[in-house]
Amino acid sequence: MQLLMVFALVCTVGSAYGAGDTMPASLTGTRGDPAHGRAIVVNRQLGLCILCHGGPFPEERFQGDLAPDLKGVGARLSEGQLRQRIVDSGKISIMPAYFRTEGLIRVAPAFQGKTILSAQQIEDVVAYLATLRD
Amino acid sequence: MLALPASADEARRSGYDFMSRATRAMQDEDAANTGMLWVKDGEALWNGKAGGANRACADCHGDAVASMKGVATRYPAFDARMRRPVSLEQRINLCRTEKQKATPLAHEGPDLLALSAYIGMQSRGMPIAIVMDENTKPFLEAGRETFNRRQGQLNLSCAQCHEDNWGRKLAGNPITQAHPTGYPLYRLEWQGVGSLQRRLRNCLVGTRTQAYAYGAPEFVDLELFLMWRANGMTLETPAVRP
Ligand code: HEC
Ligand code: HEC
Repeated sequence: MQLLMVFALVCTVGSAYGAGDTMPASLTGTRGDPAHGRAIVVNRQLGLCILCHGGPFPEERFQGDLAPDLKGVGARLSEGQLRQRIVDSGKISIMPAYFRTEGLIRVAPAFQGKTILSAQQIEDVVAYLATLRD
Repeated sequence: MLALPASADEARRSGYDFMSRATRAMQDEDAANTGMLWVKDGEALWNGKAGGANRACADCHGDAVASMKGVATRYPAFDARMRRPVSLEQRINLCRTEKQKATPLAHEGPDLLALSAYIGMQSRGMPIAIVMDENTKPFLEAGRETFNRRQGQLNLSCAQCHEDNWGRKLAGNPITQAHPTGYPLYRLEWQGVGSLQRRLRNCLVGTRTQAYAYGAPEFVDLELFLMWRANGMTLETPAVRP
């Protein structure tokens, strides 16, 4: 039931991007865990974020510069905007849609039918990014 | 240092230009370039008799220094009998099976890498010179389409990194323009020599895209597109990359 709701939410809000750039409701119905979220963001196999983004992660030597620095992003964007950005911004962008399985081609067998992150993991990431306020 | 992505009319750059001074020095000095070990092996294979015909490459082609000069700058090249472009590795295997009556060498196996490094070396310093004719064009266009198509779980095209974002950093590594100027080459990360298709597989795996089999037509078309895109650039085989 909850899964179905999440799905409907992604479909409607995802495709209606442009009318609004925000997805206020949690994908899981609860708040994520910021500490888990940080671990996901800096993990090069899981979140992949720092392949492209830099951010306030002094322990990580190799960060990307293809994308805006994540420092202060929690002050620039609301939680709803952060969630929308990660789920699927709907924009033509190099940033992957982390909660999408449709419209992709030649996905490697191990990843077929899977989203890059789970709903829970996305909530954790959103909760962490929201703490990046300066 | 390399600055922001440039417009298309700015000069093309080899992966060499993005490397550290230490890695460049490895490529510049034959004595320091580990890829030269493969070239040496290739020379021995060139001169060794093989197969049911008991003939060496040298028995038909003579001294590679003369007969193979410039050959690698033209591959993949259209093969009339196969009715499609074939890679240099496939050309070598066609000679093996048809002329030497020997079994084809395995893709990415040491012998095929050694022979293609040895043949490639005979064109070192020469400009890449893919010939584009009506026969070859449809394959070039197929390769171009693959290059520009978003694919894989990360939904990224080659062009998004190598055209739109070259010069920027992906997890600390500079993104190059993806010119295949030095293959087969010694890659520090591999601790060995590998083909262009092996490098392409790395990028496909990175974007979580289903890779093509070695020698698959799609791979050769992509290789053809990349070589054509680099026409006029200097061949560096055997190059070194990080
Ligand atoms: C392949 C590259 C890539 C990856 C991987 C990536 N991003 Fe992005 N991201 C971008 C780009 C480029 C932008 C800039 C806007 C655009 O082009 O869509 C962006 C924008 C953003 C924004 C909006 C920033 C702002 O200041 O407006 C947030 C937040 C964000 N990304 C978070 C993440 C998180 C968290 C992850 C990992 C879970 C991630 N990104 C993974 C490329 C990437
Ligand atoms: C997310 C970014 C990204 C994507 C997408 C990508 N690549 Fe790459 N590619 C890289 C990076 C970074 C390197 C250099 C890595 C290194 O040397 O450590 C590279 C290296 C290469 C090289 C080697 C260049 C040299 O100097 O030897 C070639 C060729 C290449 N890529 C082709 C492709 C093709 C073709 C595709 C699509 C099928 C592709 N890449 C997709 C990031 C990418």
